[in-house]
Amino acid sequence: MSDTPGRPASNLPPLSLHIPEPRYRPGDTPDFGDIVVPEVGETPRPSEDSKPDAMRNLCYGLVRVLDFDGVATGPWDPKLTPERLRTMLRYMMLTRAFDDRMFRAQRQGKTSFYMKCTGEEATSIASTMAIDRADMCFPSYRQQGILIARDYPLIQMMNQIYSNRGDHLLGRQLPIMYSAPEHGFFSVSGNLATQYPQAVGWAMASASKGDSRIATVWCGEGSSAEGDFHSALTFATVYNAPVIFNVVNNQWAISSFSGFAGGERTTFAARAVGYGIAGLRIDGNDPLAVYAATLWAADRARTNNGPTLIEHFTYRSEGHSTSDDPSAYRPADEATAWPFGDPIARLKQHLIALGEWDEERHEAQRTELDDLVKTTQKQSEKLGILGHGMHQPFETMFQDVFEEMPWHLKEQSAQMLAEQEAKFGPNWKPE
Amino acid sequence: MMPESSSADTKTMNMIEAINSAMDVMLERDPNTVVMGEDVGFFGGVFRATAGLQKKHGKTRVFDTPINECGIIGVAVGMGAYGLRPVPEIQFADYIYPGLDQLVSEAARLRYRSANDYICPMTVRTPFGGGIFGGQTHSQSPESIMTHICGVKTVIPSNPYDAKGLLIAAIEDNDPVVFLEPKRIYNGPFSGYYDRPVEPWSKHDASAVPEGYYRIDLGKAATVREGEALTILAYGTMVHVTRTIVEEMGIDAEIIDLRTLLPLDIDAIEASVKKTGRCLVIHEATRTSGFGAELAALVQERCFYHLEAPVERVTGFDTPYPHSLEWAYFPGPVRIATALTKILKD
Repeated sequence: MSDTPGRPASNLPPLSLHIPEPRYRPGDTPDFGDIVVPEVGETPRPSEDSKPDAMRNLCYGLVRVLDFDGVATGPWDPKLTPERLRTMLRYMMLTRAFDDRMFRAQRQGKTSFYMKCTGEEATSIASTMAIDRADMCFPSYRQQGILIARDYPLIQMMNQIYSNRGDHLLGRQLPIMYSAPEHGFFSVSGNLATQYPQAVGWAMASASKGDSRIATVWCGEGSSAEGDFHSALTFATVYNAPVIFNVVNNQWAISSFSGFAGGERTTFAARAVGYGIAGLRIDGNDPLAVYAATLWAADRARTNNGPTLIEHFTYRSEGHSTSDDPSAYRPADEATAWPFGDPIARLKQHLIALGEWDEERHEAQRTELDDLVKTTQKQSEKLGILGHGMHQPFETMFQDVFEEMPWHLKEQSAQMLAEQEAKFGPNWKPE
Repeated sequence: MMPESSSADTKTMNMIEAINSAMDVMLERDPNTVVMGEDVGFFGGVFRATAGLQKKHGKTRVFDTPINECGIIGVAVGMGAYGLRPVPEIQFADYIYPGLDQLVSEAARLRYRSANDYICPMTVRTPFGGGIFGGQTHSQSPESIMTHICGVKTVIPSNPYDAKGLLIAAIEDNDPVVFLEPKRIYNGPFSGYYDRPVEPWSKHDASAVPEGYYRIDLGKAATVREGEALTILAYGTMVHVTRTIVEEMGIDAEIIDLRTLLPLDIDAIEASVKKTGRCLVIHEATRTSGFGAELAALVQERCFYHLEAPVERVTGFDTPYPHSLEWAYFPGPVRIATALTKILKD
């Protein structure tokens, strides 16, 4: 019947290849009305030592604490003090102010690259606040909130972004690829999900030494497709490693929607099921849900009850980076149509509902933080900006490849210094 | 030629035993040393390199891993960041590729990208090379892939004494080291004649291995045989094959065992080639972009006016490693003898 090679005569329809397609493209009117949003308080909170197979439903549900009127209820409510809530709000607002300023700095040609975390602030800040200061964080590239929640000096972040004289990474890394060991913040790679098995290794080391510290690690839903993600979950379950896996499902990996990481078929939290570890799917725009879930996972890890995978269901409100134009592949108003609101607005509303905050204080804090960022930026720019002069001694290029410089790097360094002298004369100094 | 070795605490060891002893010594000396890999724990490794270590040092120091090289190397990077000194085994060098991103982009660059905030004091041990009828997935020699990575040291021992001293130095090194073990000579040096009986290590000087701690610094070559007619640069299995052929042909060759490919002992190479005026490079790995290409380039850059003949290379062919035709592939006596005849005539 058929002339197609390899296809025997049959009344079956031909095979067809499925290429995922997001629901809305530019020009469409996004409507997320069919996303299932369980009621606040509906999701049970199992004890921290529950067996993963007894809590699988949590991989397919959505842990929520704050309703859309700013009221916190249910078993997951972490019942934070107003002081703690205000600190959380402040960190989130500071992160947003920082992002806006640094994004603009890139547009002004002061650096090569920047990435905002707008709309996703809770996923790093509330998460970091729920673990101990001594716990180790293995970030991806959009977790500037960790550093801010651990009071890392803003100027050091800016110096890194500008690759200037104050950059302790000596201008070697792309902007935002920070490293801050004193703040429990691992060096950001830039290659995706490589930090996943590393966090497991760190957690295994901590466990093998009888330490009390745990590791936390972040990746996006897009990079959960990397082999490293699955390597990490395999090792974590095999060794019952004290680690928290955060998958920030912000729906978009540059222009590829979550369907290209398998999101059409199941949740990302459900990856935990196959590995036999605990999984939680949470409202990532609800800072209290993020805090509560992280605290649950941290207590679980610290008591030798093993790893937890947390899917933070959120939305990337801005482009992937300064190099991206999301209007080319998704509706411009998709972020506002997203049904989970904005994490800062929701926490603010909650504090106001508690009678612990008001519009006036909020505006005053916004102005104060904008000024703080602006002042810090001026100080940082005194140490140089990218592309306007070379800020590091040339020979630093060859340092730290190895602990001790081998002969071939010494030779190459000498060659480069000769090139420098030929070009700039013998008296050149870093600018 | 072997360094001080016949003290009371010296034992006759083959290469596996010497490698085992190096890890045993380091597990004993440094509580941060951990050994991990596929089948390395209870069973002691498919080549027995870790035999007895788990029993002696405990399951959290010496343990089995999932069959996942990305995980093995990635986890080791994290352990190093914590402060451990991991010694992961990749069961065959042919299996290292799934872990290569963790090696190239992470382990090798961690010190640099973090400006010393974090380091990766990891030693990846892995058996490599052919001559054991391992077919295309158990015979490869990927050393030039390793030397092409900025931030990784590449070490290849050629005898039990060196293997132990170099492995201890590698484990103590604060940078990542790929320690390639020539598996054809685990149990005895190889003459190159596959149809002759294998000579055990016990008949070789270098099998006298101190039982305790000693180290051979990385980056130092060894002169296996002094000579005037030409310089032969080799490492691993090929050191022994080369020596056999040279002695059979009665050629007064100087054979240099590189031992560390990166950082390379350029002074030893330069001094020898300037003395002999001829240089032959021998390796088992494929030819194109092999480490021999780097050596040939360095020799002509540094010794051109001392050379009396073009630098020659004897290598494996640019094909996957064959199974049944293994000995037609292997750079054995005929290929080496042909090259020697040619370079001495030029």
